[in-house]
Amino acid sequence: MPKELALFRRTKALENEIDDFLNKISEGALTFQIGIQTYVSHGRTPAFQEKLDHVNLLEGIADHLRRTIETKLYSQTLIPESRGDVLGLLETLDSVLNMMEGTLWGFFIERPEIPKSFHSDFIDLTDKVVQSVEVLVRASRAFFRNIEAVGDHNHKVMFFEKEADKISTKLKLAIFDSDLPLPNKAHLRYFVENIDNVADQAEDVADRLAIYTIKRTV
Amino acid sequence: MDLSVFIFLTSGLFLGWALGANHLGNIFGTAIGTRMIRFNTAAVICSIFVILGAVISGGGTSETVGKLGSVNALGGAFMAAFAAAVAVYVMTRFGLPVSTTHAIVGGILGWNVFSGTSTDYDTLIKIMIGWVLGPILAAGFAMLLLVAVVNILKVWKVHILSLDAYVRFGLVVAGAFGAFSLGANNIANVVGVFIPASPFTEFRVADLLSVSASEQLFLIGGVAIAVGVFTYSGNVVHTVGKGLFTLSPIAAWVVVVAHSLVLFMFASQGLEALLERLGLPTIPLVPISSSEVVVGAVIGVALLKGAHNIRWRVLGRIGVGWALTPIIAGIICYVGLFFLQNVFGQEVYRPLKYTLTPEAIARLNASGLATEGLSDLTGQTISRGDRFLRAVRQRIPLTDAQEQQLLHYAESGRYEITGAILGKLNEGWIAREQMTALRSLSGMAFAHRWQIAEALAARTEEWRPLPPLPANKLRNRDLAEKLEFVYRTFGQE
Repeated sequence: MPKELALFRRTKALENEIDDFLNKISEGALTFQIGIQTYVSHGRTPAFQEKLDHVNLLEGIADHLRRTIETKLYSQTLIPESRGDVLGLLETLDSVLNMMEGTLWGFFIERPEIPKSFHSDFIDLTDKVVQSVEVLVRASRAFFRNIEAVGDHNHKVMFFEKEADKISTKLKLAIFDSDLPLPNKAHLRYFVENIDNVADQAEDVADRLAIYTIKRTV
Repeated sequence: MDLSVFIFLTSGLFLGWALGANHLGNIFGTAIGTRMIRFNTAAVICSIFVILGAVISGGGTSETVGKLGSVNALGGAFMAAFAAAVAVYVMTRFGLPVSTTHAIVGGILGWNVFSGTSTDYDTLIKIMIGWVLGPILAAGFAMLLLVAVVNILKVWKVHILSLDAYVRFGLVVAGAFGAFSLGANNIANVVGVFIPASPFTEFRVADLLSVSASEQLFLIGGVAIAVGVFTYSGNVVHTVGKGLFTLSPIAAWVVVVAHSLVLFMFASQGLEALLERLGLPTIPLVPISSSEVVVGAVIGVALLKGAHNIRWRVLGRIGVGWALTPIIAGIICYVGLFFLQNVFGQEVYRPLKYTLTPEAIARLNASGLATEGLSDLTGQTISRGDRFLRAVRQRIPLTDAQEQQLLHYAESGRYEITGAILGKLNEGWIAREQMTALRSLSGMAFAHRWQIAEALAARTEEWRPLPPLPANKLRNRDLAEKLEFVYRTFGQE
């Protein structure tokens, strides 16, 4: 009996940790967006590095939070029906942040040269990708608090992923139609794909979320 | 105190153990099945509240104990309880939730047949009504409740973890409540019949707390139930929690609450009396048991979610179990009584004696029965109800109602209200005014039970039954139990 009551008290703390984790994903996405914009406009400046460091830090915190949440869910045998799903959700969300971090590291290490004519498309692509992640975070919050709304948000994740795909295709066509040497073309394509992959991953997470949601209907 | 009382008490404890093993599933089966509460946690909560329920609010509240009271020898009561326990044990072994009350009724029917006591067939019909009505009522309630809960959750947007905590808390509270009622309502089935022969005496702890003999008996019965909960309840828990249908945690809670609500509304005499007192229309009571209701509630939830996942085979087995329980108990009791009487030489029933005394005949005439044809039976004492009725029926035709009247007025014995026995009675259960009336009969002897009842009723209204309205049911039943106690106490061998 005391154990049950103690669980009752600790629940709020765990809810806050989950919220915190989702905040870190969202914050990571916004920082990622500014980082790419900074790189595209100004190159590998200290401002860019600062964004990279920030995403790095967020990724570390998110990892730690995820492990804490997972441990608590299992050690306190909470939400027995859904904890596997919550675990899957948190891990795949974390992988979205990892991909964004990896992409920023790519820019930092490989320093791709982006001709001015592609700048707006790169920024546009990043914008759609980040919006898909933002909506995914909202869908995930809804999964915890307002299951009815998950569908609405999920629908938008799909929308932004499609938009990102369209821009990435257009951008890749433009890159390969340009007069750049083939190695540069390949290098740029690699970065376009890396950014776009974040939206694809967001869509995968949204697909999982849709299934988890059906399972949770009482 | 007689050692045989202890031996006979073991069958009550065996019944308690079987009851605990069978009924944890009704209370916590769905909670354990959905992994919301661990088995050990559930078993501990259940045990504590069963014992509390038994000691605090256990008492002569079970209707079955009244029927068991008609089993008039300790050996017979032992066998009826033992047969019921075996039947419940067998069903528990197969993981089937069954009604203990039905098992006991089966045992008593076996005793009735063996001892030639006339059987009230209404009880049998009531059991069968319960098999159908209990599950239907519970299924309907569970459906309504689940729809309501789902809609409330749509509006009240609660975090999955908070919801988890609320549901868990709800399951613990509902389970504790269920366990308390289980102890309170069933303890009489387990040890009630042994109260008049209790081998214990009252003791006091530091002048603060006094524990009466019957409370000690209830405590032991409660502990027996708790032991059953801990040692053998896994099978039924599995059937209710997972076997019939895979439930979600909220559905698990809905099942437990629907189960309690249905039992409260359709089987609670307290609620009926309350409604009557408030001048509201009463809900007709139906004879349903906890196991019937919980199975119905699970099915109700399953139907709402599309019936395709119900394991019909399991449901079929449960239905067969319900039908077999009273039959098995009856047969075991009958066979057991035969051995107990003829091999072990124990008294398993005191044959009731029937005498058409002038007083009885006067009463029968007054109630409209023509007794002219019975003049040759007047003054004769016939042993066993079946033989007496046969003798009367050879002379005059009887309707069912007349049969009951005849048995009531002609049942005879020798009842002497002696000062020695009066001195030994402890007050408390019997009210002071009732006791005074009883004392004023000191030195008198009676040939019929109804004469004692009338003599007492003439002295104080505390001994007078009230008109048979729902509001008076509890009081009248209490009165009947006390009268039964008086007959048993002052009856001479």
